Amino acid sequence: MSTYQMTAGHGGSPIQLLSPDGVRHPHERYDRFLADIDGRVDGVDATALLASVFEDMVVARRIDAEGTALQRQGQLGLWPPFVGQEAAQIGSAHAIGQEDFIFPSYREIGVAYARGAELSDLVRQWRGNAHSGWDPFALNMAPSQVVIGAQTLHAVGYAMGVLFDGAETAVVTYFGDGATSQGDVNESMVFAASFQAPVVFFCQNNQWAISEPVGVQAHVPIAHRAPGFGIPSVRIDGNDVLACLAATREALERARSGNGPSFIEAVTYRMGPHTTADDPTRYRDANELEDWKEKDPIARFDAYLTSIGVLDDGLRARVAEKADSVAAALREATIHMPDPEPDSLFEHVYSGPQPVLDRQREHFERYRAGLETGIGAGSNPSAEGGH
Amino acid sequence: MSEMTFAKALNAGLRQAMERDSKVVLMGEDIGRLGGVFRITDGLQKDFGAHRVIDTPLAESGIMGTAIGMAYRGYRPVVEIQFDGFVYPAFDQIVSQVAKLHFRTLGRVKVPLTIRIPFGGGIGSPEHHSESPEAYFVHTSGLRVVAVSNPQDAYSMIQQAIACDDPVVFFEPKRRYHDKGEVDEAVGLDGLGGLDLSRARVLTEGTDVTLVAYGPLVKTCLDAATAASDEGISVEAIDLRSLSPIDYATLEASVRKTGRLVVAHEASQTAGLGAEIAASITERCFYFLEHAPVRVTGFDVPYPHSKLEFDHLPDLDRILDGVDRAMGRPNSLSGIEEGE
Repeated sequence: MSTYQMTAGHGGSPIQLLSPDGVRHPHERYDRFLADIDGRVDGVDATALLASVFEDMVVARRIDAEGTALQRQGQLGLWPPFVGQEAAQIGSAHAIGQEDFIFPSYREIGVAYARGAELSDLVRQWRGNAHSGWDPFALNMAPSQVVIGAQTLHAVGYAMGVLFDGAETAVVTYFGDGATSQGDVNESMVFAASFQAPVVFFCQNNQWAISEPVGVQAHVPIAHRAPGFGIPSVRIDGNDVLACLAATREALERARSGNGPSFIEAVTYRMGPHTTADDPTRYRDANELEDWKEKDPIARFDAYLTSIGVLDDGLRARVAEKADSVAAALREATIHMPDPEPDSLFEHVYSGPQPVLDRQREHFERYRAGLETGIGAGSNPSAEGGH
Repeated sequence: MSEMTFAKALNAGLRQAMERDSKVVLMGEDIGRLGGVFRITDGLQKDFGAHRVIDTPLAESGIMGTAIGMAYRGYRPVVEIQFDGFVYPAFDQIVSQVAKLHFRTLGRVKVPLTIRIPFGGGIGSPEHHSESPEAYFVHTSGLRVVAVSNPQDAYSMIQQAIACDDPVVFFEPKRRYHDKGEVDEAVGLDGLGGLDLSRARVLTEGTDVTLVAYGPLVKTCLDAATAASDEGISVEAIDLRSLSPIDYATLEASVRKTGRLVVAHEASQTAGLGAEIAASITERCFYFLEHAPVRVTGFDVPYPHSKLEFDHLPDLDRILDGVDRAMGRPNSLSGIEEGE
C-alpha cells in the first residue's frame, strides 16, 4: 500500500487548478487528466467540451432556482438546493462513464441532470408523487438516498459485484461532510479497502450539515480519514470544476485498473439552505456567504473561459436561453404531473401477490366505492368477512 | 430420503441453491473457512470459492448494505447474521433499504436477499444470543418473514427463500440445529407437499383447539398435542412457517372447526405474533369462537440469564395450561380471569 500518495492536498489549501479569478494553473499530477479539455488531444474539440461543462453548470443552477421557486409556489413539498456545488457535481459527473454506476445522496440533482435524467424525474420525489425519480438501470444511477450515508454501502457492494464479475465498470458514491460521521460511511470504507473494490468516495464538504458546521464532524480535514482505512485521498477545491473533473478521472482510472477505492474531498459551500424548510440565518453569519460568493464556481469558470476565448457574450446568451428553456420545461413537467392513483398505494410493496395486503387493498377499494355511492363500506358487516 | 440434522439440511439446501444459480452468494462473519459458528455453511467456501462464500468484515450494517449493492448488480445474496441479538446494527439497512427499495423504485429494483438469523433460546448462552426479534420484521412492510421448524422445511424453504424475488428474513431455531429428521432431497422449490414459502402446515388434525406455533416451539406444541390427547383433548397443531404474510386461510379454516385458538412463541407477548394472530382471527372468525384467543409466550422481560431461561420460555406444561384456558378447564388463571 505504499505506491500511492495517501494525503494529496491535505497540507494547506485544497488542490486548485483554477484560482477564483479564473486563472488556470498547471498541475503536475492532474494536467494528465485534462489533456482533452485543455486542447492537447488531436481530434478532440476542447472548446465544445468546455462549453458543455459550462452549460451544464449554468443549467443546473437554473434548475435549482426553479426548484426553490416551485416549492415556494406550493408545487413541490420540499427542495434541497445545491446552489454553489455546481463545479463539484458537474465536474465529477463529466468524468463518469455511462457504464459506471452512481449511488447519490438526495442533493445530487445536478449530477442526475448531467447524467441525462428526465426533468420530471428530478422533481418527482419532491412533489410527493413517488419516493424516487429516474429508472436506476436506465441511468446507471441509484435513486437519491435520504438516509444519510446509507448509499455508500450500496456502492461498495455494487463495486464488489463488479470485481467478482471481472468487469471494468467503476462506481461513484456521493455524500456530504455530515455523512462522514455515520457508521455506514465508515463501514463502507472498511469493506471497500478490504475487498479493494473499484469505488470512488466523492465527498462534497459543503461546510454545513443543516446547522452544524463541519467542525462538529471532524477536527481534521475530512480527507484525512480515508488513509486510516487504507484508502488514498485527495482534498480538492470543490468550486474548481477542472479540479473536480481531474480528480474524479484519476480516481476512476485507479478503480478501473484494479487499484481499489479512492476518496475525494471536494471543499465547497452550500450557498442555500439545507432544504427549503431550513433557515440558515438562525445559525450562520451572512458574511460567510459573501466570502464564498467570491469563490463562486460558475463565475470562476466563466472568467477562465472568457480569458481563453471560449466564452463570449453570444455563447453566454445562448447558454442562458437554454437554462431558461430547461427551467420552463421543468415547470411545465411539474405542474402537469398527474397525481398517483390512490390504488397505487399497494403496488410494488412486494414483487407479487401478498394475501394480507391484497385483503387491505380490497377493503380500501370497497371503502372508496362506498364513498361514491354514499354507503360506507364500514356499515356493511359482511365486508369484514366475519360471517 | 435420508436422515440428517437440521444444520446439515440447511447446508444441503444452500448447496442446492448455489448450484442452481451462479448469482447466489453467501455473505457473513466466519462463514468461509470456519463454516459459520454453527457450521451451517461448512465446506461451501471450499467448493464454491471465496467470491461466492464471502467472509466479511465484522460489521452487520456493512454486510447488509453491501449485500444490497450486490443485489443492484444482479446477485442474490444470502446473508448470515451470526446471532439474533446482533441483527440490530443492520436494522436500519433492513428496514429503510432492503424492505423499501422495491416500493421506492416503483418495482425497478428487486432486492432478492435472504437474511438468515439463528434465533431463540434454550442453549445456555450469554446475553444477546437467544432473542426472538421476528415481530420487528413482521411489522415491516416489504419483507417476507419465515421460521422453519424441521430439517425438511429447512432444506426446501431455504431454497424457496433464495429463489424469492422479495427479501426474506429466514429464522432458524438454533436449539434445534442438531435435531435429526428425514429429508427428501428430491423436494426442491415446490416444497414438501407442494407448500410454498407463504403457507402454514397442519401437523395434527384436531377438533377441540387450534394450537399455532413456529420455529423452536413447533416440536414443543406437537408434544403438547400428544399429552392433551391423553386427557381427551383433540388438538389441531399448526406450524405457521410463514410469519409474514400469515396464512390466515389455513388458520381460519382450523378455528372455524375448533372454535378455540392458542398461539405460542418464545418472543415477548406485547405486540408479538400472538397479538396479531389473535386480533386477526377474532376479526375474521368472531362468531365461531368459543373462547378468547390465548397467548402462551415469553414474558415481557429482556431475554434472561441462562439460569432462568427455562422459566421464561414456554414449555410443554405452560402450553398445556394455555390449552386448558382455551378449553375452560381449570388452569393457572382460574378464578382471576374476568368471566371465568
